[in-house]
Formats: sequence, structure tokens, C-alpha cells
Amino acid sequence: MGKIKMEAKIIRQDEIATDIYSMVIQAPEIASQAVPGQFIDLYSADGSKLLPRPISLCEIDRAAGTLRIVYRIAGKGTKEFSMLTSDHTITILGPLGNGFTKKDKKAILIGGGIGIPPMLQLAKELTCEKSIVLGFRDEEFLSEEFEPYGTVYKSSDNGTIGVKGTVMDAIREYGIEGTEIYACGPTPMLRAIQSYALEHGIEAQLSLEERMACGVGACLACVCKSKEIDDHSQVKNKRVCKDGPVFYAEEVEL
Amino acid sequence: MNTKVSIAGVELKNPITVASGTFGSGMEYDEFVDLNLLGAVTTKGVANVPWPGNPTPRVAETYGGMMNAIGLQNPGIDTFVKRDIPFLKEKDTKIIVNVCGKSTEDYLDVVERLGDEPVDLLEINVSCPNVKEGGIAFGQDPKALYDITKAIKAKAKQPIIMKLSPNVTDITEMAKAAEAAGSDALSLINTLTGMKIDIKRRAFAVANKTAGVSGPAIHPIAVRMVYQVANAVKLPIIGMGGVMNTEDALEMIMAGATAVAVGTANFHNPYATVEIIKGIEEYMQANGVDDINTLIGCVK
Repeated sequence: MGKIKMEAKIIRQDEIATDIYSMVIQAPEIASQAVPGQFIDLYSADGSKLLPRPISLCEIDRAAGTLRIVYRIAGKGTKEFSMLTSDHTITILGPLGNGFTKKDKKAILIGGGIGIPPMLQLAKELTCEKSIVLGFRDEEFLSEEFEPYGTVYKSSDNGTIGVKGTVMDAIREYGIEGTEIYACGPTPMLRAIQSYALEHGIEAQLSLEERMACGVGACLACVCKSKEIDDHSQVKNKRVCKDGPVFYAEEVEL
Repeated sequence: MNTKVSIAGVELKNPITVASGTFGSGMEYDEFVDLNLLGAVTTKGVANVPWPGNPTPRVAETYGGMMNAIGLQNPGIDTFVKRDIPFLKEKDTKIIVNVCGKSTEDYLDVVERLGDEPVDLLEINVSCPNVKEGGIAFGQDPKALYDITKAIKAKAKQPIIMKLSPNVTDITEMAKAAEAAGSDALSLINTLTGMKIDIKRRAFAVANKTAGVSGPAIHPIAVRMVYQVANAVKLPIIGMGGVMNTEDALEMIMAGATAVAVGTANFHNPYATVEIIKGIEEYMQANGVDDINTLIGCVK
């Protein structure tokens, strides 16, 4: 079917932590084809805010035809989205990007901050044995929803939730092992995971973030550095929106 | 009802094309719009060799617009000729290739390579505000613009369209220099140089520090410049700058543009081009306009 721009009905919206919102929308045409790790673009209803906001999919309910996103208020656009209630609609475009490749290997799922939500749908779909590592600043969210799908380990910057430190500290402290890493979170976290994975010879799929404009691969705004010359760009740049957002650790320079 | 317009002897089935850099070579938008419906596809700028572009972040949103400093990342003419031109050749639309370079030789290299390709028009980017050398250096000095236009015109097999920068004191001086040197048409405007500061990070919002502002916030400036240039030279104009909808496109035409390029609007609405084409037809129908050409520069 391909990418679709549509008006989606909001089914519910809740603030699940400070400035972090969970929104469920009716979008059967997108839900039917979306996979974990993909994202959608959300458009502001205010004409002075032109660029879509890319937000990753937290849950995909193909039977109900719904999508769930969990996002943090980062500016005026996401602030506007957070005010919407179940009698509103929102314009979206999706599904965008390439999701995670599901491997039948002992998995470590790692989410940091607002990189946690996309790991939920992946956790639901991966049937293998899995450890789930969630890193928080100082406020916990979404973690209990992961409980049914694997052993959940936590870390936080101030130590009030799980291990004090980063997700890497949690991995070391708990001696978490696996042969496939799936990760989404801030760049410093991904960089630490990348070097850990390369050092230990573990395959790792990293979901990157970059400021975007078109969301479909045309404008070349959201590039990341690639190790090798990329076939499309003919330089060492890959498009996060189109070639990613998920890349193998050895493909990219962070 | 006639919607056909002519740019330097090349007939477009309607006046709508896209602004270079906002649409790739059309591949990424092929799944949203039927490219066969467009008057022309204007490609992202292509140089003689691949360019890596600027560091990220490359874009930021501004009130009623955005700014970009992509830095003309492009795969180089070899890949472009092998991949992009054959793709566009399959479509029933005209092909305008945007050419960029850092030196006169770079531009000539690309223009000569395109000589035997099935390309209809060459748009020469001498106005990109985001690359240090070349680009804008040719677009802000009438003498430099005259010289490069003359050099390119001598080598080009297709008609050339010099793309003008708005970052000048008097754009008509630049238009006249391009006309005197033999340019066949003009494109205007490129983006306006701007700056945005992220007060949370206390840093520039775009890594390049300055970036080109586009979108509806700059549309009135673009309309004014199209009007000024249309009244200063005889060349056909492709008008661009913040065209979001049918009304904006018709303003450009009435100000003197023969064709109109849709740019930033593609990011806001991937269907913008075809919606505008339909909207122009509806306007013509509703207002008894038999020929779009009668609207070009009709407001004096």
C-alpha cells in the first residue's frame, strides 16, 4: 500500500509522566502495514508550524486498526498535540522509515528516555528470550507494560529507579547477555552501545534521531554519517528518515 | 481551456514545477503524486562530483516557514545521469536539472555532461546561501553573474535559467546582467539568508549558523521581486518562494511569472503540487479564463 497521509481520529490521550503523553489514534491503513521501529509524521493544525513532527510508534494494533505513540513535549508542536482529546483528529503521514529486523536470537532491548516507547511493540513481537533494559532520567514511565514480555532491568541518572547510571551500567551490573541488541535513545547512549556491541562482537540495531523536514528521503536534512560510501548519496551520508531510522552498529558513525 | 506555458521554447503542460532541493528527483514523491501531471520536475542541484553537504542539524522551523542549510549534498553527475535522468525520462513531464558548482569549470563540466542527455532546461544555481565557495559568490555581483552566465550559455545545449538570489540590494540589476549575458529565463527567488538561535542549548539552531529561510513567511517578498524583475527584463520567469496553495501560485503568475515552483509546501503537504494544478484549473473555469497566458503579469 505504501505511505499514506490521513486524518486520524484520536481515541484517547493521557499524560503518563511529566510532559510525557500517550496518544492512541485510529489509523487502520497505516496500522495494517506498520512494523516496530517505524515512525509517523504528525502535522500541526496551526499553519505557522509547517514541518511535521516525526514520532516513533509505541504500539501497533493491526486488528483494532490503531496506533499508539508516546512522546515528550519538546516544543510548541508537541505541546499542541498534547492538548488534543478524543473528539479531535490529527493529520499524520506514515508508516515512515525502516523498522527493526526481528532476529531469532537471544535479545537485549534497550530504551533510553523517550527512546523507550518504540521498544514496546518490538518486545511484544519478538518471540525469543529477551532482556529489557530501560534508562530513565528521574521519573519512571511505561516500564510495567514491558513486564509481560521479558525480564526488565532499569537505570536512572539519580539512582532512584534501578541502577544509578546509564543503561550500560545496568547491563554490566546485572551481567545481562544476549546476541542481538535493539536500541533506541539519545546519541550518547547509542554511541556507548555501539562500542560495546562492536567490542563484544554482538550484532546491534540502533534507532537514530535527527532533525527532519520531508520525512520521506527527498530533502536530505536528516543525514547521519555512514562508515562506507552510501549507494544513494554517493558520499558517507545515510538518510535517517528513509534508510533508517534503524541502522546496524557497524553501518554508522555516531 | 489552455494551461500550457512556454519557457524558452519548452512547452510545459501547466505552469507548476517544484523548487530545487525540495523534491529530490521526484522518486520519493512518486508514491504521493502522479509526476505525469506536473508541468516540469526541477531536480535537486547536481555538481560534477559528489558533495557531502553540511553538518547536522541542517534544518529548523521558523514562524510560518523553515530554514535549511543542506549544503547542496548531491551524488554527482555520474550517478545522476545513470539513475535520476532515466527515472524522469519515463514520465510525461519536462525535466529541469539544477546545476551547482564551486567554480566556473565545475558548472561547465556538468552543463557539458548534460548536453546529450534528454534534459529540457538547465537551471543554474548561483544563489545557494549555504555553501562558502561558488554558489552565492556568483549571484551577488552583477559582473560575476554576467561572466558565468556567458560562459555557461556558450557551452549549454539546452536553454539556461539563471536562479537569482534575493540576498541583494537590487534584484533587477542581477536580472539585467543575466539577460545581457544570454540567459534564456530566470528563476527567483532562492532562500533568504537567516539565523535562528536555540535558547535552550544557547547555540545556533542550524549547524551552519546561517541558513536559507523559505515558506509562506517569505512569499510576499518573492511576489514583489518577481514583479520587479518581470518589469525589468523580457525573460520568462519561474516564480518561487513560499507558494503553499493555488492563491499563492496565481499571485506569482499575475505578478509576472510564467511558471511557478512549489518548494517548502511539499514538506507540509506532499500533494501540494497536484492540488495547486487542480486549483488553477478551477480558478480559470470559475473566472472564465480561457488561456493561462492571459494571467501572466496581468497586474500592472
